[in-house]
Amino acid sequence: MALDKQLSAAAAVAQLRSGMTLGIGGWGPRRKPMSLVREILRSDLKDLTVVSYGGPDVGMLCAAGKVKKLVFPFVTLDAIPLEPYYRKARESGAIEVMELDEGMYEWGLRAAGMRMSFLPTRVGLATDVLAKNPSIKTIASPYADGEVYVAMPALKLDAALLHVNEADRLGNTLVCGADTFFDHLYARAAGHCYVSTEVLRERFELDAETAKLNPFERYLVTGVVHAPGGAHPTYMGPDYGWDMEHFKRYNASAGEEGGWRQYVEEFVAPGEAEYLARVGGAEKISKLKLPVF
Amino acid sequence: MTDVTLAELMIVAASEAWRDNGEVLASGITTIPRLGASLAKLTHSPELLMTDSEAFLVSEPVPLGPRGDYKPRYEGYMSFDRVFECVWGGKRHAMIGPTQIDRWGQTNLSAVGDYAKPKSAVLGVRGLPGNSICHINSLFVPNHGPRVFVGGEVDMVSGVGYKPERWGPGMKRDYVDLRLIVTDLCVLDFGGPDHAIRVKSLHPGVGFEQVQAATGFPLLQAEGMGETPLPTAEQLAIIRRLDPHNLRGAVLKNNPPARKAA
Repeated sequence: MALDKQLSAAAAVAQLRSGMTLGIGGWGPRRKPMSLVREILRSDLKDLTVVSYGGPDVGMLCAAGKVKKLVFPFVTLDAIPLEPYYRKARESGAIEVMELDEGMYEWGLRAAGMRMSFLPTRVGLATDVLAKNPSIKTIASPYADGEVYVAMPALKLDAALLHVNEADRLGNTLVCGADTFFDHLYARAAGHCYVSTEVLRERFELDAETAKLNPFERYLVTGVVHAPGGAHPTYMGPDYGWDMEHFKRYNASAGEEGGWRQYVEEFVAPGEAEYLARVGGAEKISKLKLPVF
Repeated sequence: MTDVTLAELMIVAASEAWRDNGEVLASGITTIPRLGASLAKLTHSPELLMTDSEAFLVSEPVPLGPRGDYKPRYEGYMSFDRVFECVWGGKRHAMIGPTQIDRWGQTNLSAVGDYAKPKSAVLGVRGLPGNSICHINSLFVPNHGPRVFVGGEVDMVSGVGYKPERWGPGMKRDYVDLRLIVTDLCVLDFGGPDHAIRVKSLHPGVGFEQVQAATGFPLLQAEGMGETPLPTAEQLAIIRRLDPHNLRGAVLKNNPPARKAA
């Protein structure tokens, strides 16, 4: 069937190229497409520009030396505020950065999705965000007020990687967590959008209430990857919480000699099926408690 | 009330930031600011809006930590997307703890040291540029010292302040509104000439000279600078109900008492 967009994670990642700009959905340690990120770690992709409200996705891609440039407002694991591998990369000067306010970043994705070159905002004025990013210009209102705004440039993505609760083979998606974050804007800003999903259906047959959980249209979706547990170790509401023990282990690895190599050997290199087994299996993931804020 | 802690006194001081703000979203980020906002809503300012710290508006502040059979009382929705809209519209008062603060109220949450190769990469600017230029803000400092209150400008200006040279022609600064800085030594405000920072009140047993010595720039004394009030019995009861696991006791090193032992 022409509209069957299902493919494997490896096939999705094979469609990416070194040097691309990749947007990664979710927020910090929440609903990150980690199975796709792990597949990138297994690939020979490099020199990526990563656009992310950053969590372990950013840390792991930095640790693996995949990142040339990072476009971001923050990188954090929340309960562990400072992401260890992001810090290493940042403090050693290994990555270029475009550091943005959270809202400017949203505006940049929105501009790209609307096929605009920029959107105006007051946010960023009088800060070092502009001083450190001389490519970002200001613009004066053409109206009587004459106010000077930041002209937040479009953040165009070659590809977006997202993780959702449910999808069908046509590329229809549902996001069921309390907050859908800004995933719809990544889908709109990207030339190609790859969605991994906890549950894959042949074709959705939804009631109207459930259909309201559909965050963006299927014409934006290039490929659908079936990846149960695919957000682990991040928070995938309402299906499972973040895996604090795993985060602690990951965080500790950054302080150990050869820690990242060991982490890769143990969890990443053996493949996704083995990853799920080594973190305790689907049953254990499904029982990870939802975080209490 | 000899068993009152400094953290509890700071919660009460923080709650004062939200007095007479009207119907705005009160965002206290991390334990003491969140308890301060919660206390404000439950005492002097019931009109405040608050969230469950995830995505929903609640009519009653949610207790911190595991809640047992407590059910949040939802009254609406406030996803991150909606928080940004709230920020840009100005209907919010946030209190956060930056890594550095300077004499102009500029804040840094990005990186300490040389920007290209920082000594310490922190979180990133997060929402500070937007918050600071759009709505009321207050600041929280659990470790008042010259590494936080720096002598010159902060290393990476993440949140805007009142430094005139930072503002070019045509840039609107009318919405910049910095209110209180609650520290473990005192409460500061921006009430001096050209928004200069003043000591509004000193915590029990703390002297002005001590605060000045711990600050990298000259401070003023507010008229009527007094002592930061101790919590009342009613306030303490509310704080203890909102924080049943005593997370507030882990914020300050050794959880000191509100009044230092003589």
